Amino acid sequence: MTAELIALSAKAAADAISAGELDRAEYFAAYRARSAADELNAYVWISEEGGARAAPVSGELGGVPLAVKDLFCTEGVPSQAGSKILEGYRPPYTATVVEQLTAAGTVLLGKTNQDEFAMGSSNENSAYGPVLNPWDRTRVPGGSSGGSAAAVAAGLAPWALGTDTGGSIRQPAALCGIVGLKPTYGSVSRYGMIAFASSLDQAGPLARDVTDAALLYRHMAGRDPRDATSVAHPEELVLPSAQDLAGLRLGVPEDLTGEGVEPGVMAAFEAALAQAEALGATVERVALPHADYGLSAYYVLAPAECSSNLSRFDGVRYGLRTPADDLTAMYTQTRHDGFGPEVKRRVMLGTYVLSSGFYDAYYASAQKVRTLIAEDFARAFERVDFLVTPTSPGVAFELGALTGDPLAMYLNDYFTVPMSLAGVPAISLPCGLSDGLPVGLQLAGPAFSENRLLDAAHALEAAFGFDGAAVRA
Amino acid sequence: MKYETTIGLEIHVQLQTRTKMFCSCALGFGEEPNTRTCPVCLALPGALPVANAEAIHFGLLIGLALGCDLNPLSKFDRKQYFYPDSPKGYQISQNEEPLCSGGELGGVRIHRVHLEEDAAKTIHSGGGGGRILSSANSVVDFNRGGTPLCEIVTEPDITSAEQAGDFLRLLRTTMRRIGVSDVNMEEGSLRCDANISIRPSGQAQLGVKTELKNMNSFRFIERGIRAEVARQEGLLRAGQPVVQETLHFDPRTERLTSMRSKEEAHDYRYFPEPDLTPVSITAEMLERARAALPELPAARAGRFEQELGLHPDTARLLAWRAELGDYYEEALATGAEPVPLANWTTNELVQRLGADADPATSNVRPAALGVLVTLVTQKKITAAAAKTVLDKLVAEGGDPTAIVETENLAAMGGADELAPVVAAALEAQPAIAERIKNGDPKPMGAIIGAVMKETKGRADGKEVTRLVREQLGL
Repeated sequence: MTAELIALSAKAAADAISAGELDRAEYFAAYRARSAADELNAYVWISEEGGARAAPVSGELGGVPLAVKDLFCTEGVPSQAGSKILEGYRPPYTATVVEQLTAAGTVLLGKTNQDEFAMGSSNENSAYGPVLNPWDRTRVPGGSSGGSAAAVAAGLAPWALGTDTGGSIRQPAALCGIVGLKPTYGSVSRYGMIAFASSLDQAGPLARDVTDAALLYRHMAGRDPRDATSVAHPEELVLPSAQDLAGLRLGVPEDLTGEGVEPGVMAAFEAALAQAEALGATVERVALPHADYGLSAYYVLAPAECSSNLSRFDGVRYGLRTPADDLTAMYTQTRHDGFGPEVKRRVMLGTYVLSSGFYDAYYASAQKVRTLIAEDFARAFERVDFLVTPTSPGVAFELGALTGDPLAMYLNDYFTVPMSLAGVPAISLPCGLSDGLPVGLQLAGPAFSENRLLDAAHALEAAFGFDGAAVRA
Repeated sequence: MKYETTIGLEIHVQLQTRTKMFCSCALGFGEEPNTRTCPVCLALPGALPVANAEAIHFGLLIGLALGCDLNPLSKFDRKQYFYPDSPKGYQISQNEEPLCSGGELGGVRIHRVHLEEDAAKTIHSGGGGGRILSSANSVVDFNRGGTPLCEIVTEPDITSAEQAGDFLRLLRTTMRRIGVSDVNMEEGSLRCDANISIRPSGQAQLGVKTELKNMNSFRFIERGIRAEVARQEGLLRAGQPVVQETLHFDPRTERLTSMRSKEEAHDYRYFPEPDLTPVSITAEMLERARAALPELPAARAGRFEQELGLHPDTARLLAWRAELGDYYEEALATGAEPVPLANWTTNELVQRLGADADPATSNVRPAALGVLVTLVTQKKITAAAAKTVLDKLVAEGGDPTAIVETENLAAMGGADELAPVVAAALEAQPAIAERIKNGDPKPMGAIIGAVMKETKGRADGKEVTRLVREQLGL
């Protein structure tokens, strides 16, 4: 019975509940039981039994459980952002996007593990332990939304919320063989998302298929008067239906492929391109001359913003406080004890690049690179409808393989960071396996092209016929 | 050697908006600590700022009032420092692109005007000195945190303590007039720092400046500046350098103490606030601000001087205290003569009501004062009688004409009525009459006094003099 319930897509479950064919409490209980038995460390908090009863009966998403990345504030429920400095922190308010999804009928199933403050590509930077990849438990699920990706892939949640700053939805989705959408910057409210890098952070769905991702995103998007950078989506968001790619032009960025990509990933990518052509798309090479500098610019801008955003964790009002004899010592000790090594590394990096005398050389230059990259994308989208790349240069790597080499870890974001810098939407969907591990295909489109992007992904998904069911068994 | 003084001011004005600068909390006015707070102004994880449109409107009003260039696109920046009064670890301010640039007020050029948020209040107790490092306990009240502030920076155009005080008084009355703040220094809604340097007269290069902080009244500012100028002059005359530093002036002891030297100054690591979009000033916003701008004190004083012929001091007195000016103009509408009315308003009325009272809340309606002054200028009553009427108006209000009637205070008709009284007075004091007759004008006062006493002040002194001379055949 449980296996049948878990096999349903979120949309199928929502429809069945609406039609009165599925009992929402039973459905919730099935997921809750699986989550409670989580062996992947995907969850850091799981809801009480019978949580479904709290949800509104109306709403398109009527009663479908939702896993939420730890960094979304949820009233009265631990929201620790994967950090020891927020251990036990229960916010007095709920993030806008979680409120919206609750109003649409989802039920909070649990809070998912993540890299501390969303800084990481393997989920090994969590203060609450690493998450295991359900495809191979000796490997990482990717990060920073590693708990959300692993939970969805392993059938511990029908779908999940994640956030993406430089690839934190797309890369774990790719490594776990599921779908992850990073929406256009500003289309989803950031209010109540514990910030990493404000100008890049964006919430998005992690789902088993493209339709579920579209359904969840439809209820996430919208202008929020509490987030000054949010905007209304100019289009009505609809569920994808395309079966082919007739007339679509796909661009492969010539400056972004080749070097450093695992042969198995490259093979899966090329096979995916061939299938796209078979669906009616044309594939051409396009120039993104500045994209290669994306990673460098990103690792100036994101730490700069993070060094500032994390200043509020000072031991004064909430979270960890290490008592000390004077104020400066209290600050120093609290932050020394509360932050992990990667967070400390980025806070120091960010503080340095914003310092008087270094600002122009680092922060101002990186902003210029960001502008050039955004212009590259705008020019490319005059020629092609979507850009396509592998989501990640490699498949899921072994736990501990890259923890001693931050730069090698950062290279995981090579293909995903440019879209974040340009603020454009990008989706990762599984396109095949390499040595038995999932490979993700990334499609990126112009700002607010989610409808068309999801449509194209929907057509490709059917053609790929990727099957992750075995991992959910 | 003579020295000349250069002063620039940095003024913080708390804006009296309905809500805080970046959240929807109401502003605090002495409530229980930490009752005017929310996730945003407490900087809880995940909370985001949204700029207050009314504060931007007020900023534009200030820019217009100071004749600034309003920048079509301004930006918010983060100014970063760790202190418990700054819950985010940064203050949202405007660094590179302020709301307004340039401008002028009372002959002092304005450098820039920008918007930011106020810090929370820290209170230190136990141990010594009210400072965090030596205290046993420190508590923070976030009610004030996030209150909208407008920072106004002048060019170094001020050359004396008196000019600084004058400029601040004009600035205060201008802010009050446009209704953006109650600008009360004691309560901290107007705060001023002064940058002060001196240099030998005629030298082009400015001297080393010091910054005088935390002065909470106009008088303290003037005294603080005078003390600092004297200190700097003493140093230079003794051949010692002035060190760039921040100073605190203690008005009780007149002592200046160093707060921190610039060597340990913060690196604020300013960068553009990514949580806020740039402030774009639309034509509608500009129009709304222009329409909301009343006549400003400086312009009003000019109009009183030029159009109504008031003495500059009187014009300034009326224009800088808007409530007094408004009262005066309402009284003027009765057709009273401008100059006598201005004098009656600023002297007799203010004396009776107290220097800080708002006459609009007194028993004396503006029209009543206007009518009273007209009775005087038309010689229907004497000035002395009018003062009696005004006393009565202040005490219980009413209509001056009716009071004149019931109290029988009307000026005496003229020679027919007055002549017998004068004659009686001369008759009663023959010796004095004789002296006057012999060409000594000094005792005239005694006769006038007697007549006044007899008529209860209703007689016109000039007419009495004329009649005395006439009756004595002079």
